[in-house]
Amino acid sequence: MGFMNLFKHFLGDDWGVHPDDHKRPAADKPVRIMPVPHKLYLPLQQHLGGPARPTVLVGQKVKKGELIAEAQGMVSAPIHAPTSGTITAVTEITAPHPSGLTLPAIILEADGADEWCELQCCDDPFALPAVEIGKRVAAAGVVGLGGAAFPSAVKLTGALRAEVSTLVMNGGECEPYLSCDDRLMRDAAADIVDGIRIMLHATGAQVALVGIEDNKPEAIVAMQAAAAGFDAVQIRPVPARYPMGSEKQLIQVLTGREVPADGRAFDIGVVVHNVGTALAVRAAIRDGRPLISRLVTVNGNCMANPGNIEVRVGTLAEEVISFSGGLKGDGIGLARRVMGGPMMGMQIPHWRVPVVKGTSGILAFDTAEVAEQEPDPCIRCGSCVKACPMGLLPLEMSSRIRNEAYSEAIDLGLKDCIACGCCAYVCPSKIPLVQYFVHAKGELAAQDRAKLRTDATKKLALQRQDRLEREAREKAEANAKRKAEREAAAAAKAAAEAAAKVETQGESA
Amino acid sequence: MIAAILSLTLLGAALGIILGVANKFLQVEGNPLVDELIAMMPGSNCGQCGFPGCSGAAAAIADGTAAPTCCPPGGKSLATAIAAKLGLTVDLSAMSDDGPKIAMVSEELCIGCCRCSKVCPTDAIIGAAKQVHNVFREACTGCSSCIEKCPTEALVMKPVPVTLQHWVMPKPAAA
Repeated sequence: MGFMNLFKHFLGDDWGVHPDDHKRPAADKPVRIMPVPHKLYLPLQQHLGGPARPTVLVGQKVKKGELIAEAQGMVSAPIHAPTSGTITAVTEITAPHPSGLTLPAIILEADGADEWCELQCCDDPFALPAVEIGKRVAAAGVVGLGGAAFPSAVKLTGALRAEVSTLVMNGGECEPYLSCDDRLMRDAAADIVDGIRIMLHATGAQVALVGIEDNKPEAIVAMQAAAAGFDAVQIRPVPARYPMGSEKQLIQVLTGREVPADGRAFDIGVVVHNVGTALAVRAAIRDGRPLISRLVTVNGNCMANPGNIEVRVGTLAEEVISFSGGLKGDGIGLARRVMGGPMMGMQIPHWRVPVVKGTSGILAFDTAEVAEQEPDPCIRCGSCVKACPMGLLPLEMSSRIRNEAYSEAIDLGLKDCIACGCCAYVCPSKIPLVQYFVHAKGELAAQDRAKLRTDATKKLALQRQDRLEREAREKAEANAKRKAEREAAAAAKAAAEAAAKVETQGESA
Repeated sequence: MIAAILSLTLLGAALGIILGVANKFLQVEGNPLVDELIAMMPGSNCGQCGFPGCSGAAAAIADGTAAPTCCPPGGKSLATAIAAKLGLTVDLSAMSDDGPKIAMVSEELCIGCCRCSKVCPTDAIIGAAKQVHNVFREACTGCSSCIEKCPTEALVMKPVPVTLQHWVMPKPAAA
C-alpha cells in the first residue's frame, strides 16, 4: 500500500464515466435468430494479426463449417463457411472500418440447405491435453468476441506457457447500448460456465473470476445459479462504470493487481477472455463447431425495433437491420452508423458492410444522440484527467499532438492510452481528445513502418551494389582466365611449331 | 574563505588542463552528424540530388553547401526531419511534394525490355525479357531512376496507394 494508493483510498478511486446505458429495452427482449441471407460476405481479415489465405476456388461448393481460408502466421485465425453453398467470388468489399477502404473477402452464395460438414465432437474435453484444446480452438477460428477479435487460441496457449493463475472472464459489457453478452449470460449461463471450465483446463489457471457489471442483475443471478456447483468459477459483480470491461481495469478491480505499463496481463499471471468467447470455445470443443455466427445488438434511437439477433458472420448490416424491423421512418434523422459500441466502435460509411466475428453491435444514432458540437478552447478544468482510467493527462497530451510533438506526447504516456474515449466524453469544451490520441497512435505506427521500410530498402541497395561488384569481378576474372588460356595455348602452339621446325631442320641437315 | 577560493581555483585549473589534453588526444575524426544524416536518407543512392550517393548528399547538407530539401525521394518529411536535426528553417513551398510516390507499370504499355530493372537501385522491379514487368511496392523508394529509361512510358510515378493497413485516422480540425 503505497502513498498514492492511500491517497486514492481517501479521495475515492473515481476513474471512468457513467454514461446512460440505453441497454433496455433491447436487453430484455428475447433473442431472434436471423435466417441465412442469400449472399454472405466474408472478409479475410476479421481478427487482429495476419489475414487468412483463401483455400477455396470460385465456383467451388462448400458445406456449412468447412474451412474456406486458413490462418497465416503466428497470430491469425482461419475462416469457415457460415452456411452451405457456392463460392461466387474472391474480391474487394467495403471493410467494417471508419476509412471506408476495401479489403479482400470471399463471397458465398447460400444454397438454402444449410448442411453441416463432418464435425469432430468431444464428449469429455477434460480428458484432452490442454495443448490440444488450444489447437482445436485455433482450428475453429475462435477470436475474442468482446470487440478486439484477438485470436483466442493464442491467448489460451500463451497463458498455459506463462503459467497464469487466474482466468478473468469479462462479462462487464461496459459499452452503453450493447447487450449481447448480457443476453448470452441470461440465456446460456450453463454453457458459458462449461466453456469457462474448458478454458480453465486449457490455460492451467486455478480460478476463474467472472466480472459482471451490477446493471445486469438477471445475468448475475443466472450465472451464479449455473456456477453454483463449481468452486473454481466465481461470479463477481462489479460496479457499472465505463470502461469496466477494459482488460487492465477489470483485472485491477477483480484481483487488485495492476498490469505494468509496458507489460501484458500474462506478466502478472492473469489472462482475460470475454464470456461470449467461452461459449464459442465450448461449441468448438464439445461439438467441433467453428465460429460462424454471433449475437449482435441492434440498437440506437433510429432503430424501429432494437434487440439482439443471432446472425451468421458475413451478413450485411443492411440485411440485419431490415430483419430487425428496419430504421424508423426509413432512416430519416439518421446521423451516424456505428459498428461495435458507441464509445470504441467504428463509424461506418454505409450499411453495406458485413458483420464480422468481432461485431458486437449495429447502432443507428439520431442527431440528439450524436450531439455534434464545435470544440471550444480548453478551460483546464481537469475533468479529462479525473476521468482517464489510465491516470494520464489527456489535455496535455492533446496539446502536444496538435503541434505534432509526438515524442513529448509519448513521454506523457500516449502509449498507455487505451483509447476508451472517457476524456472526450467528459470534456465540457467538446475537444476531440481521444480522436487526437487515435490519430497520433496511427501516425507513430506509420513512422515505425516507414523506418522499417527504409532499413529494408537500404539493405536491398547494399545487396545490389555487392552483387554488381561481384558480377564485375567474376567477369574480369573469367576474362583474365580466358586470356591466360589463350596465351598458354598460343605459347604451346608456338613451342610445338618451333620444335617441329627444329626437327625438320635436323632431318634436312 | 581563502581555502575555498584556493580549492576552487585549483579545481578549475586542473579540470581545464584535463579538458585541453582530452581535446588534443580524444579528437573525433570525421563528422558524426554526417553518419546520423546518412541513417535518415533513403539510401538508394539514386543521384537525383546531384551528389554521388546519399553519403555525399549527407556530407554536403552537414557542411551547409546543400539545402535539406535536396532529396526528392525523401520529400517534405525528410526535409523537415533534417531541418529539425540541424536546427535550420526550411522553405518547403519550393518542394513539389504531394506525399510519397512510387513507380508503377502500366501493363498494357510494357514491352518487357528490362531496361528499368537494370537501373533500379533496390531491385524493386521484377520481370524477364519480353514479359510484363512489375514493381514491388514495399521495395520501391520512389527515386524515379527507372522512369526515363522506359522507352514506352509505361512507368509512371503515382502516389503510394492507401490501404487498410496503412490508413491513419486524420487529425481532428483545430479548435
